[in-house]
Amino acid sequence: MSGELLDRSVAERVLTRALAHGGEFAEVFAESRGGLTMAIDESRIESVQSGAEQGAGVRVVSGGTTYFAHVDGLDPADLERAAGEAAAALRGDRAEPRPLRALESAPLPVERRPEQVPTPRKAELLRELDERGRGEGGEVFQLRASYAEGRRGVTVANSEGLFAGDDRTRVRIGVQAVARRGDRVETGAETLGAHRGYELLEEEPGEIAAGAARKALTLLDAVPAPAGSMPVVVGGGFGGVLFHEMTGHGLEADHVQKDASVYAGRLGDQVAQPLLTAYDDGRLAGEWGSDGIDDEGTPTRKTEVIAEGRLTSFLYDRLTAGRDGVASTGNGRRESFRHLPIPRMTNTYIAPGDARPKEMIAEVGRGFYAVSFGGGQVDPATGDFVFGVSEGYLIEDGRVTAPCRGATLIGNCLDALAAIDAVGDDFWMKTGICGKGGQRVPVGTGQGHVRIAAMTVGGTEV
Amino acid sequence: MRELAEQALAAALEAGAGDAEAYAGETARREVRAHGGKVESLAAATQRGLGLRAWIEGRVGYAYGTDLSRAGVAEIAARGVEAARAADPDEFAAPPAGGEEPPALDGLSDPGLGEWPADRVAELALAVERAAVGHDDRVRGVEQAVYVDSADRVAVACSSGAGGEYETSSCYAYTQALATGDTGRETGLGFGIGRGPGGLDPAAIGREAAGRATAMIGSGKPASRACPVVLDATVAASFVGLLGNALGADAVQRGRSPLASLLGERVAADAFVLRDDGLDPDGLASAPIDAEGVPRRRTPLVEAGTLRTFLHDTYTARRAGAASTGNAGRSGYRAPPSVAASNLIVAPGELELDGLLGEAGDGVYVTDVAGLHAGVNPVTGVFSVGASGRAIRGGELAEPLREFTIASDLVSMLRSVRAAGATPRWVPFGASVSTPPLLIGEMTVAGS
Repeated sequence: MSGELLDRSVAERVLTRALAHGGEFAEVFAESRGGLTMAIDESRIESVQSGAEQGAGVRVVSGGTTYFAHVDGLDPADLERAAGEAAAALRGDRAEPRPLRALESAPLPVERRPEQVPTPRKAELLRELDERGRGEGGEVFQLRASYAEGRRGVTVANSEGLFAGDDRTRVRIGVQAVARRGDRVETGAETLGAHRGYELLEEEPGEIAAGAARKALTLLDAVPAPAGSMPVVVGGGFGGVLFHEMTGHGLEADHVQKDASVYAGRLGDQVAQPLLTAYDDGRLAGEWGSDGIDDEGTPTRKTEVIAEGRLTSFLYDRLTAGRDGVASTGNGRRESFRHLPIPRMTNTYIAPGDARPKEMIAEVGRGFYAVSFGGGQVDPATGDFVFGVSEGYLIEDGRVTAPCRGATLIGNCLDALAAIDAVGDDFWMKTGICGKGGQRVPVGTGQGHVRIAAMTVGGTEV
Repeated sequence: MRELAEQALAAALEAGAGDAEAYAGETARREVRAHGGKVESLAAATQRGLGLRAWIEGRVGYAYGTDLSRAGVAEIAARGVEAARAADPDEFAAPPAGGEEPPALDGLSDPGLGEWPADRVAELALAVERAAVGHDDRVRGVEQAVYVDSADRVAVACSSGAGGEYETSSCYAYTQALATGDTGRETGLGFGIGRGPGGLDPAAIGREAAGRATAMIGSGKPASRACPVVLDATVAASFVGLLGNALGADAVQRGRSPLASLLGERVAADAFVLRDDGLDPDGLASAPIDAEGVPRRRTPLVEAGTLRTFLHDTYTARRAGAASTGNAGRSGYRAPPSVAASNLIVAPGELELDGLLGEAGDGVYVTDVAGLHAGVNPVTGVFSVGASGRAIRGGELAEPLREFTIASDLVSMLRSVRAAGATPRWVPFGASVSTPPLLIGEMTVAGS
């Protein structure tokens, strides 16, 4: 998989064929991907799965319409045929692609190639996770831990002469623990992932399992979540999914340009209090959502999206950037060679503030402390969002008290963003998988503790 | 496809598998996205792939790939065998017994699909958009109008003799209408599904999107309380899909289903009757065989309020001492088979929507839910999800409502179903479900 997937002369022939009936832009995206996943469940190693795929997608853009075809395998004749299929509906005169530059490839560093680590070693890691999780208490009665490694080599060439490659390796483990006491059953989950090699797992992965088990055990004492509007303190790390949903998606330029985002027309506006600054950064070293280039060959970069409360940038791929007359921000991403690139977040986070998390909670009389989420969803056009809370507590008299189960946070983006009145000085990142338009891509989310002055908590205790 | 599967099977046995199963799949897929009266993108491609499951003395491994040359198939087989060697043995792991004749099923494929070239389906997507924006001045556009069709060929071959092959086709179109009112933007989804584009009504899809978007104009939050709730068919289908996961014997056996201890018990009100039906030609998950080659069938799940059976594949059936219900599912060649519902069908009742609203009296009519992947705990069944819809007052629809949650748990919700509506609809969100609207006696609504 090292080296280019696409010979320069082959790429040029494919692009020439793609523009045979006209078009302003053509691109070929070649990919070779492989991976291994396995799990331990009921203390037994199972679900060992190995996959390998190669293929390419070709697109031609003409008059605002994108024509797309893809093919399995990287046989030059098949690639040219795919280019011909993409161009089949066009009726214009031949256009000429520019000659390709020399291949540029600067993959993010990976120390220990996961595929070179023997499989039994990975099985041992899973057994260790199983033992650590179960060791947290006799009430842990089920535990599933999973391991996944994946490598994606990509090469992109386009009619403007771009020729770029990347070699991406990701490793991730996840643990779900189930605890039981009498009729009560509760779950806890944790993940650890990075755009890194197996070195990620040579530190202290067992803590992930212990953490998942402790969450499930804690929830055995949980009370039903409250229902109603109240101050909410959100935890760091995956708490950042809050910003991902309530702002990040609305900044993706495809939504904005269709006026299907509440942030459309708001560039330069004060949308949050001055204590809030946020970024999308596809270059953060080792982070889950990082890549060397995006899936259109644009180098990834750090984009300030909110500066001291002011909206400063949307997130662009090539097509949407062209429409706004700006440069791509390196956010053109796709799930695989079988998908078209669209504007997507990479690692999105609220920068650390200067509030102390303890004080942020102490200042709240009665409220809710959402330590972590199961995930969330937003309608960028209306701004309505919802988050499922996986670990939450009541705040009473400025103190964190009873754990709660079954809580959801719900609100509207612009209101909630403006209501953030404290950002903590602690900070860390977590991994997520984001779905949009039927495509799933790895994204990082991060923040320190964040407080929202008022938000609707949707529990069952009215 | 059958030859490819047979070839892969032989390669796996040669590579050292005790038993093996090969799944070969081919999908020809087209997708059109339209916006602003123009085609935004047009994609068409055919993909083929192979998934291989290998058993070695109770150890199971899986490998997949798309290199279908002889050498490529041998390499996939070798990886499958290597994966099996890394697993721990499981006494219940074994391929399905062969010998059961799959039923003959007609109507799974639309022979007319070939008469719809790209420009004709593109016109269909544009017609969906026109219908959405032409319905009402307050609709000022759509985010996208999308049309997708696919023609699938599948073959399964197993060393036990189980297997078969079939072809299906399906298509869908949807659009998200954008309406503007005094309180800001509103969105509404309209969709249609069928075996082929001839079965879609673009005008109806556009009208549904426009109707849902404009209905939300001027919406406010409901007061937090426990009250009767009517779920429209699309929302009911989302919950039924979750129920399908809880009914999978795999989740049950591993202690991860809220129904785990309730076999033979009362889990629902009499008004809620559910079956899994892998043979209904209108259900897009129908096929003569399931993902491991076992014949599909009809399986009553909830009748007279009682949980009759869980959904089984070969593994869970062996473990439970039961028979497979033909419910091995898979999302294509990249994933090994696992227990999944085929088509879930909720039996219709007597009342049309106005009758359900009348029975509800005062409550909430829910037309959309959000955040199901995060707001539902699949192990405990406890949920709290975002919702929007209309108030019900005096048995009739009143003002629009948004930004609230509905919360309960799956079993409590089923036990409090007061009535099922008379008109079912097929809904393809996540699972293939046919359900009418449902009246739930009480749920917690959290708003202002």
